[in-house]
Amino acid sequence: MKLKTLEAMMGSIDEFVSPKVCYEQYSTSVHISSRMLFTIDHTFGDLRDKCVADLGSGSGRLTIGSALMGAHYVLAIDCDWDAVRQMADNFEDFEDDITSRIDSICADVTDQEFWTPFHKRFDTCLLNPPFGTKRNKGIDMIFLKRALDLSTNSVYSLHKTSTREHILRKADEWSVEAEVLARLSFDLPKVYKFHKHSSVDIEVDFYRFQHKTSK
Amino acid sequence: MKLLMHNMLSSMGLQNVTVGFPLKIVANEVKDISVEFDKKFMKRIISKVDWNALRDTAAQFGVKLPTELPNGNISDELLKQIHGALMEIEIIEGKLVCPETGHEFPINNGIPNMLF
Repeated sequence: MKLKTLEAMMGSIDEFVSPKVCYEQYSTSVHISSRMLFTIDHTFGDLRDKCVADLGSGSGRLTIGSALMGAHYVLAIDCDWDAVRQMADNFEDFEDDITSRIDSICADVTDQEFWTPFHKRFDTCLLNPPFGTKRNKGIDMIFLKRALDLSTNSVYSLHKTSTREHILRKADEWSVEAEVLARLSFDLPKVYKFHKHSSVDIEVDFYRFQHKTSK
Repeated sequence: MKLLMHNMLSSMGLQNVTVGFPLKIVANEVKDISVEFDKKFMKRIISKVDWNALRDTAAQFGVKLPTELPNGNISDELLKQIHGALMEIEIIEGKLVCPETGHEFPINNGIPNMLF
């Protein structure tokens, strides 16, 4: 699939209708998410025929994108029932052979015991975590750890550039290889009332984490 | 919800639950869907599946799997049967019931709500 085709197809996924500040729901732009998926598949071969989990799936862009790129099974995980339902509606525009490989669940990524039976069941995990800026500092690291527990091969994630040193130190502690694939400028539009400016640019790193024991 | 997901779901997040697996499925609406068979994928997935849970749940939906997963080479016929059980049965409406406490988790529009 060509990048332009993927980008056009993912463009039909709606943004959050009613974003909730407690979950830090910001959609990853089509431009960014399509390029992320393209890199994950073309450079690393981590989507086609793979078993994939999307942690904090939100509007479902990365989930549908992974299925479009040929993932054999994608599990979309989000703790917000409204978001999960909206995601299911978003998927209705796609062909059955794409959506038939997707499962969705409403569950809390931070609930450690619940996820234990899921450990190592997936090849690749994707996450666009809450950046942990709003009263829930450190939540991005809980998401990342969970993704590492669930996967056998690799994890792709986004984290604020300002936390890079901390992330790399944690990766070392958890015995995984970490690589910053790209530095992105995230344009967060004013979706919540408390935002003072119409949009804010924040610097974000796109990471690939690889389990040392695999490959 | 596919049985592949069901094979990982538990009620371990509930208080006083020690195993909470497998969750009992009460299905009000089930759809048979078609998913492309991928032999290599299936072989990889099977090694991670809890066989007893899958066998018992699949039986509930009319798919009869062997008591034990054969060691070594698995025939294409059996692989396709397992593929059918894991990927092609979709629970659309119903609920999941904790085997220890009877706590119920609803399944709506194919999505289980596992918030505790």
